[in-house]
Amino acid sequence: MTEAFEPKITAFVCNWCTYAGADLTGTSRIKYQSNVRVLRLPCTGRIDFMLLAKAFARGSDGVIVSGCHPNDCHYTSGNYHARRRWMIYRNLMDFMGIDTRRVTFSWVSAAEGARWAELVNEVTTTVRALGPYTEYKELALTGVE
Amino acid sequence: MDLREKARQLLESGEVKAVIGYEKGTMGARRPVFVKKAERADRLVLDGDCAQNLATYLTRPEIRKLGRVAITAGPDALRAILQLMAERQIEEENLLALAGDGTVELASAQAIEEHLALAPKELPARDRELLERLGKMDRAERWAFWQKELSRCVKCYACRNSCPMCYCGHCTMDCNRPQWVPVASHALGNLEYHMVRAMHLAGRCVECGDCGRACPVGIPIHLLTFNCEESVHQQFGQRAGASSRLDYALSTFRPDDKESFIR
Ligand code: SF4
Ligand code: SF4
Repeated sequence: MTEAFEPKITAFVCNWCTYAGADLTGTSRIKYQSNVRVLRLPCTGRIDFMLLAKAFARGSDGVIVSGCHPNDCHYTSGNYHARRRWMIYRNLMDFMGIDTRRVTFSWVSAAEGARWAELVNEVTTTVRALGPYTEYKELALTGVE
Repeated sequence: MDLREKARQLLESGEVKAVIGYEKGTMGARRPVFVKKAERADRLVLDGDCAQNLATYLTRPEIRKLGRVAITAGPDALRAILQLMAERQIEEENLLALAGDGTVELASAQAIEEHLALAPKELPARDRELLERLGKMDRAERWAFWQKELSRCVKCYACRNSCPMCYCGHCTMDCNRPQWVPVASHALGNLEYHMVRAMHLAGRCVECGDCGRACPVGIPIHLLTFNCEESVHQQFGQRAGASSRLDYALSTFRPDDKESFIR
């Protein structure tokens, strides 16, 4: 018997909103899927596009990128800058054939504990249905010629 | 007056310290030449075979320290010059662009902008066809296409070195502590390198296509930066190289930037 596939989801979140939101999910004792690994960064603006690629190369099947809602950035405009970068990067990923269904961008505030749980559950279900991202993982295993 | 005569005059009068242009190379090829003495101006040629975007030399330290230089520049190089000015990499007073047949002097950003307004940018037919083909593919086919193309990349960095917008003294690609992108030529490192290259040029690539031309194995990598430019143009309404006073699209924002994918 092979075990059912359980996706690995990596979440890059900002310290001030989504991380605090995810923390609230826990302190509110809201149960949600345990597939997500949360990585906290100071600001959405610090979430370099390469981090997403690295997550896939290291075995993630799905990625969440989340920060403060527009106007709520602790550093005033980090999320606005990030949004522009995502707008370009997402198109580039698609053009290069990377599966953009595996990357979810979102805004989750420090007060939205329930929303975080919902988001993770949804993403987990979607990625579980998509299956493992073998296509990308194989790259890392390809030897040097 | 022809280009050689013009170059001779400019050098004799001391108006410029060097003329950057093309000369005959081996087997009929054209290669860059840096003419510093009037009596060497005879080497210059300018014809349909002169394809390389010479603007890439303008940010080299050896050229910068010369002072004012002249450069033969077609529309692509002129756009690169404007973009370099927008990025504060070259100063207006240090540059004289020789456009058209090489005798049309463009001595200011404004003159370049006016000259360019007469020659709207058009993609070469080959690129248009390939983009059309890619547009018809589904996601998995595009992945297969790029994987196959990039598998031939030997990581020679000719694409990076030919690009007028790649002027950083220290490049992420050369950084090995920590090593952000694997150096060896293999699937993962190749994909990551080209992703980084495209993103670092997003909003800055003037679509000259020189990176693709420089590639010894013929990978159409210029289409990756073109894709970013298309996104920037469609979503933020500007094109790199359009003016010497352009904000870098990815280091600015508008509160009402429109997207439909953030949840
Ligand atoms: S087309 Fe290539 S060489 Fe030309 S500016 Fe863009 S990235 Fe650089
Ligand atoms: S020029 Fe071609 S082979 Fe060389 S690094 Fe660029 S894509 Fe790879």
